[in-house]
Amino acid sequence: MCRVVDLQQAVLAKNDACARALREDLAARGTAVVNLLSSPGSGKTALLERELTLARHRGVPVAALTADLATENDARRLARSGVPVKQVLTDGLCHLEAGMLGGHLDGWLPPDTRLLFIENVGNLVCPASYDLGETLRVALASVTEGEDKPLKYPTAFGLAHLVVVTKSDIAEAVGFDEAAFRANVERINPGVEIVCTSARRGEGDGALLDRALAARDGAPVHTPVMARQHHPHHEPASVVDPASVTDSLAKSGS
Amino acid sequence: MHEMSIALAIVDQVEITARPAGARAVSSVRVQVGELAGVVPDALAFSFELACTETVLEGAELVMEPVTARARCGPCAHTWAAGMPPQLSCPVCGGTRTELLSGRELQIVSVSWHDAPSAVPTHQER
Repeated sequence: MCRVVDLQQAVLAKNDACARALREDLAARGTAVVNLLSSPGSGKTALLERELTLARHRGVPVAALTADLATENDARRLARSGVPVKQVLTDGLCHLEAGMLGGHLDGWLPPDTRLLFIENVGNLVCPASYDLGETLRVALASVTEGEDKPLKYPTAFGLAHLVVVTKSDIAEAVGFDEAAFRANVERINPGVEIVCTSARRGEGDGALLDRALAARDGAPVHTPVMARQHHPHHEPASVVDPASVTDSLAKSGS
Repeated sequence: MHEMSIALAIVDQVEITARPAGARAVSSVRVQVGELAGVVPDALAFSFELACTETVLEGAELVMEPVTARARCGPCAHTWAAGMPPQLSCPVCGGTRTELLSGRELQIVSVSWHDAPSAVPTHQER
């Protein structure tokens, strides 16, 4: 007998449920997650190195997970800040998923951590689809990548709570048109804040840390238009209830 | 390419539902894919076929329903197709309080399967 069963389940329901549980567990211990997304080579590690160092000097307990397909190079660089750092090797996977994080945090994340920075795999496509339990999602673009980067990767920039421009010290040399970049971001994520930084010159030092701490302390975080669609994707009830399947089976048996 | 992860998530969810309900073979899975879901349909179709191997979904068809991204301006109520790349500030009044009406769907709508045959009485039982 052939049956057609209505499921109406979000494909990413499992990841979303996992992310929600992680966000709640971490919030209960006073930790908020900051998820950093960018293309490879945009300067995530350099920016993070400065922000982690600043946090340590200010006495703010922070930690960082950094993900790559291979090598522990980024963890070594970030560890110079003196805060707890851990490398996540994805063995070829192009993004992190919420379910991959728990095992890395257990027994490693100090209980007094206020901010956990996650440097996602350098990729503007795949990581955009996965909630990692973050309170603040940050999309970065360096001035060398062109003003239209946000238009080419609308999901990554469209779902960001904060956009960071990096390497602003060479903006003039590469002819970066900041006004055009801002207009492009505004088109896909109206109202999102954009901050310019230079890890080399120190421009924008602390901007990320300050915004992350404010979000952790309950200050309102920008809601992107793309995240505003009422959608089962982000609802807790999307896990299958066997009883409802039985009900729909009864209705749809052919 | 995260479409393989997406395909595995679809197979996982369908198996969880179909196996306990007595499905012998899933013939098709209907999925809504929004224009802004960040999924490439061709890559998903390719991955889905691989992900179904040696599961109750082996050989199942993936039917994808594309969903156009549409937006509505809060202040002026203008409604428009967002397009790609999407225009999510209002093209009429420039307002930023936009509501996304559709386009982010990544949803399993329905599944078709064949039930396991009911137990056939043996010769002795007859």
